[in-house]
Amino acid sequence: MGTVITAHGLTKRYGSATVVAGIDFAVDKGETFGLLGPNGSGKTTTILMMLGLTERSAGSVDVLGQDPMRSPLSVKRRVGYLPDSIGFYDNLTAVENLAYTARLMGIGSAERRERIAKALARVRLSDVAEKRVGTFSHGMRQRLGLAEIIMKRAEIAILDEPTSGLDPQSTADFLDLIRELRGEGVTVLLSSHLLDQVQRVCDRVALFQSGRIVLMGSVAELARKVLGAGFVVEVEAEGTDLERKLAAVPGVTAVETVAPDRYRLTADRDVRPGAARAVVVAAGSLKRLSVDEPSLEAIYARCFQPAAKEEMPDAA
Amino acid sequence: MRREGSPWQGLGAVVLKELADNLSSARMRVLEWLIVLTAFAALYGAIGQLRDTTAEDPFLLLRLFTVSRSPLPSFVAILGFLIPLMAIGLGFDTINGEYNRRTLSRILAQPIYRDALMMGKFLAGLATLAVSLTCMWLLVLGLALLFLGVPPGGEEIARSLVFLIVAIVYGGVWLALAMLLSVIFRSPATAALVALGIWLLLTLIWPMLSPAIASVIAPPDIRYEALGLPTPETLEWQQMLARLSPNNLFGEAMLAVLSPTTRALGAVFIDQLQGAILGAPLPFGQSLLIAWPQIVGLIAATIMLFVAAYIVFQRQEIRA
Ligand SMILES: Nc1ncnc2c1ncn2[C@@H]1O[C@H](COP(=O)(O)OP(=O)(O)O)[C@@H](O)[C@H]1O
Ligand SMILES: [Mg+2]
Repeated sequence: MGTVITAHGLTKRYGSATVVAGIDFAVDKGETFGLLGPNGSGKTTTILMMLGLTERSAGSVDVLGQDPMRSPLSVKRRVGYLPDSIGFYDNLTAVENLAYTARLMGIGSAERRERIAKALARVRLSDVAEKRVGTFSHGMRQRLGLAEIIMKRAEIAILDEPTSGLDPQSTADFLDLIRELRGEGVTVLLSSHLLDQVQRVCDRVALFQSGRIVLMGSVAELARKVLGAGFVVEVEAEGTDLERKLAAVPGVTAVETVAPDRYRLTADRDVRPGAARAVVVAAGSLKRLSVDEPSLEAIYARCFQPAAKEEMPDAA
Repeated sequence: MRREGSPWQGLGAVVLKELADNLSSARMRVLEWLIVLTAFAALYGAIGQLRDTTAEDPFLLLRLFTVSRSPLPSFVAILGFLIPLMAIGLGFDTINGEYNRRTLSRILAQPIYRDALMMGKFLAGLATLAVSLTCMWLLVLGLALLFLGVPPGGEEIARSLVFLIVAIVYGGVWLALAMLLSVIFRSPATAALVALGIWLLLTLIWPMLSPAIASVIAPPDIRYEALGLPTPETLEWQQMLARLSPNNLFGEAMLAVLSPTTRALGAVFIDQLQGAILGAPLPFGQSLLIAWPQIVGLIAATIMLFVAAYIVFQRQEIRA
């Protein structure tokens, strides 16, 4: 696999304000990495430094083996970027907009046409390919931005708050597109302040707070670190003495009877198979078995509770 | 630090797109009509005047540019006034417009340097100016043939070609200024307002202000005043100050090129006239030589303003 992005002590200062304070992280090839944090916590600044669009004050970044400050062109040739508020030329059509960026990338005219058509089909904008972008909705513009990245055949896609302001359906569609991208082996960096979305698509996340990464890892790892135990399994079953038998399942740390015939298990891993077996062995009848994935929201709340009040003015 | 790759990567793409945008934009239409109508008005006056006076003038075509019949100023004077307006119209929102449409960070995330974007936009603006001014030049030639009935001579064509080139360079000064303002100010309206303010200052107010300032710096000598003559020092200062305005440089260069009898720009000293036959036209090369400092001044101003805009843009942080 190998790493495609490495940051060491990455720092950005504006005057006396330190906006990004010496962060370290590494992103592996093909993974979907989430930058998560409240507004103003330094996500966009970090992204701009990775693209060489902003000079860093200290530290180093390495993108695909290159320094984005030294070799901006080769980094930008291989990395696709969807800025947090993306704009297009409203008087041009979707195809014309993409054709312009394709020319900037130096793609030849025959290949250009083919790549644009394919990219637009991928984001389901083929019907409106010849319509002026001025008539596009916010969701369509975001998809067009993604089409640009697809057309570029970027190895890394950096998406800054791509779903903010989208309605739930458009958000779900967009997240599906991100998953497709990942399925093709593209490394995706996704910045967001919306927890459930990051949780839905990201392999690993870095939690940003005031320019620092306070936590990093997969959602399950973070849950174990912050909340103690990661998984909550709910069992609804009829049978005798189930509470004791469920407690004996390996991995279960606590059992609570929430209602007659309903038990809530706290566990350090997904214990559904074990719980099901326990019920069956006890000759009980299993009615429902559900797992609450460890919620990033809970982790986030636990992590940022004390700091949340200070962040309020920024979060507006 | 050596940069990787060519700074002009993507330049062609930017020029083509901007040129297409410029030529199809509504504001370009408006400006073109403004120029065509004013030019017609001025030429109409000039043609009337010329038909009355003489058909023996060897530079009839050039007279068309410079002759004025009140209340209309000459064609060249009108252009000196209008070209800046056109250039400002083309340039006031080059960078900040891109920023406000949120396209700037997307474009700069492509494998190009900012140099290419800046240069491409400038060249496209200049090409647009060149296209419109060339059309106007052809229009004038056509009208001259039609109404004066005398085909223009080779030297006349050469001189009017110089006029065309200087007019384009003059537009370049204002285009570079407008682009500088579009980099400095985030709001296109502010940039346009400031550009128009500078335009009014330099074309209308400065010619009135520079004599006043000159007489403060170098007060007129009483001995000259008693003779009813201007003091040479005051005159020199006045000229130097006036030349700070590109409008003045354009006017002087045009005077030298389009009025072949012009022997010097500004104050003339008696030794410069030694051996001269007053009223005789200078050869083309000599006229060009007289206008040369002014032309170089205009080019230098363009380059300086462009470099300033470029430096400010390079240092600017682009956040969507
Ligand atoms: N040019 C600047 N000068 C000073 N502070 C800035 C500048 N740009 C951004 N900041 C500050 O940097 C912080 C981080 O911003 P940003 O990286 O955009 O956060 P995020 O993307 O996580 O919302 C914010 O508090 C913002 O006020
Ligand atoms: Mg941001």
